[in-house]
Amino acid sequence: MKRYTIFVITENFIGILNRITIIFTRRGINIDALTASESRIEGIHRITIEVTASEDSVIQLVNQIEKIIDVIKAFYHEDDGVVYQEIALYKIPVSKLDGGLEKIIRQHNAKIIAAEPDFVVLELSGHKEQTQELLEILKGYGLLEFARSGRVAVAKRMHTIDSYVK
Amino acid sequence: MKDLMIRGADIVVKTLIEENAEIIFGYPGGAIMPVYDALYDYHDKIKHVLTRHEQGAIHAAQGYARVSGKVGVCLATSGPGATNLITGLADALIDSTPLVCITGQVAAHLLGTDAFQETDMVGISMPCTKWNIQVRSAEEIAPAIAKAFFIARSGRPGPVLIDITKNAQTDFGEFNYVPCLGFRSYQTKIEINRDDVQKAAEVIDAAERPYVLFGQGVVLGKAETEFKAFLDKTGIPAASTLLGSGALPQDHPNFVGKLGMHGNYAPNLLTNQCDVLIAVGMRFDDRVTGDVKRYAKQAKIIHLELDPAEISKTVKSHYSILGDCKDSLALLTEAVSQNSHEEWLEKFRELEREENAAVVQHDITPTKVGLTMGEVIHQVNQYKADDAVLVTDVGQHQMIAWRYFNYKKSRTQVTSGGLGTMGFALPAALGAQMFDFSRQVVCVVGDGGIQMTIQEFGTIMQTKAPVKVILLNNNYLGMVRQWQQMFFDKRYSFTELDNPDFVKIAEAYGIKSQKISDRSDLNEAIEDMLIHDGPYFLEVVVEKEDNVFPMIATGCSVEEVRLS
Ligand SMILES: Cc1ncc(C[n+]2csc(CCOP(=O)(O)OP(=O)(O)O)c2C)c(N)n1
Ligand SMILES: [Mg+2]
Repeated sequence: MKRYTIFVITENFIGILNRITIIFTRRGINIDALTASESRIEGIHRITIEVTASEDSVIQLVNQIEKIIDVIKAFYHEDDGVVYQEIALYKIPVSKLDGGLEKIIRQHNAKIIAAEPDFVVLELSGHKEQTQELLEILKGYGLLEFARSGRVAVAKRMHTIDSYVK
Repeated sequence: MKDLMIRGADIVVKTLIEENAEIIFGYPGGAIMPVYDALYDYHDKIKHVLTRHEQGAIHAAQGYARVSGKVGVCLATSGPGATNLITGLADALIDSTPLVCITGQVAAHLLGTDAFQETDMVGISMPCTKWNIQVRSAEEIAPAIAKAFFIARSGRPGPVLIDITKNAQTDFGEFNYVPCLGFRSYQTKIEINRDDVQKAAEVIDAAERPYVLFGQGVVLGKAETEFKAFLDKTGIPAASTLLGSGALPQDHPNFVGKLGMHGNYAPNLLTNQCDVLIAVGMRFDDRVTGDVKRYAKQAKIIHLELDPAEISKTVKSHYSILGDCKDSLALLTEAVSQNSHEEWLEKFRELEREENAAVVQHDITPTKVGLTMGEVIHQVNQYKADDAVLVTDVGQHQMIAWRYFNYKKSRTQVTSGGLGTMGFALPAALGAQMFDFSRQVVCVVGDGGIQMTIQEFGTIMQTKAPVKVILLNNNYLGMVRQWQQMFFDKRYSFTELDNPDFVKIAEAYGIKSQKISDRSDLNEAIEDMLIHDGPYFLEVVVEKEDNVFPMIATGCSVEEVRLS
């Protein structure tokens, strides 16, 4: 079992996400995270799926995803084949904001992106290990809320979407 | 401009006609009534068959598609009408049958409100369609149907569903039909890689005991001639899957029999003795492979396949040729050397004699008092036409009919393979017959399965489709009973049936009928049935507790195929 990133390049067709996720459901494979966005080319979407599985089953998943009529291309990479980033938001009560916390924020390169009378919101972008580390620390600071995005990623391989769209 | 505008419902029918659909199998209801209203005006251009259940409609469309090679068309209303199609969709998807199903849907403004007979049909049918779409305006109808036909019949065929809201059917729109010839996310033309062909040819030429397995891909790819040419040149023994039967005439010298759980002895056993295994248009279903961990491990595997997702899905192939087997077989035949494999073929013949002595003798020339299923099919062979279509249901009778039917022509095999859908046969036979009244269509069905769709006698009555129905009545859910006998200590839990008087039922539908239980009546009964002009129902009472052999039990390897 390893962590893989599956990229799906697809037409923007109603229900496409559903068609993709039932392929995972049917095989009892959990999706760790999923993000969808419009690509560089109008009308074409890219979906990034993070999954922990054996390479064999990832190959099967990708084959089945690519079989979907409105999918243009699907492929997968191991972590070292992609450049990726996740964003995490942490909501902390103002009362806990002291010199110690300030130092932690600085050390982790986190940013305060909102300050309200009762709370502040910190933002940290990075890999899961980094955002997780800060999460563990902030639990000691009365963390009120935490949210982390799925992975946004680009492949290291020099291929452009255009080469798939004939 | 205004007069170019027509009702969405008319667009539906006109587009179907443009797509050369000749016949629709369907059942009306509220949300599809505008389309039915439109059909009234076009009845001279497109036929409609009113089945007695939507499941019957879709199985009929499947039967029609299988024998004709065309796209089967099916029509149903929203809600329960639409959900009744699901079994057929799943069946058609797993058996690669091209279908376009159109369902009515509540008006667009009611979507998501739990309106009367509203069902999320696009959601429900997603896992069992090749593609589906909901259409909410009249203008979208023609492009959607054109695309649906293209998707259904191209590449690896499959069922497609279009859900059309009622307002789209009643609104006016421009009729803007343009045939669909392809689109960017769906590549259907695969260029064969010549290097792959060359490599495969070298492996085949060097093989001492090469062995070909062929499936429905040969039929779907219309590659029967190319396939035969390949065998003629290489002299390689070839065995068929359930759905591949008919792709090669059984009297071809290289044909060695049928594969799988209840296939023939030699083809299963020798899978583990060949040195090169060439799979053509088949997908290594678990009913063919038995335990994959012990399947053809000694062999180099070459897979000729159109669907990239099938390559190395369950059985890893060492070489593959991706693309239409009509093209790949032609290239491969060119690339291989003339050869023969008489000694190797003789091994198959030897084991065939063993199977004859141990199984076939009992099945077709029995010593028991009761009739066997095998001898019934054997008699059918004596009288049937070469291009007679065999439609079977699911169970012991299916396996026996397939084992003993003498396939001579392509597209004569119609059965539910991948899904194993009981209730398939009667409507599928009707659909197959609707394609061509002059073809013999023989429907072999069990006493369990016939009762799942027996209402389609009504459709046979109304269409006068001259289907010949043979009921092999063992008063049991026979296949399940066989498993109970073999693997559950003969604990016959809920498999015995108290059956109705089937002949009376058929007669109530005006179908000429006969029931026999004596061997002495068999010959004449089969002959009478096959020469009868019109539908015919023949009930044959057979041995209650007979079993189908050979058999590869679940979890066993192909070489553990047993004769008793
Ligand atoms: C819709 C459906 N339900 C259940 C089954 C499981 N099943 C497979 S064969 C069989 C028995 C079929 O009995 P019958 O139609 O009498 O045929 P026989 O095996 O006796 O020839 C059953 C219940 C099935 N294949 N399909
Ligand atoms: Mg039975």
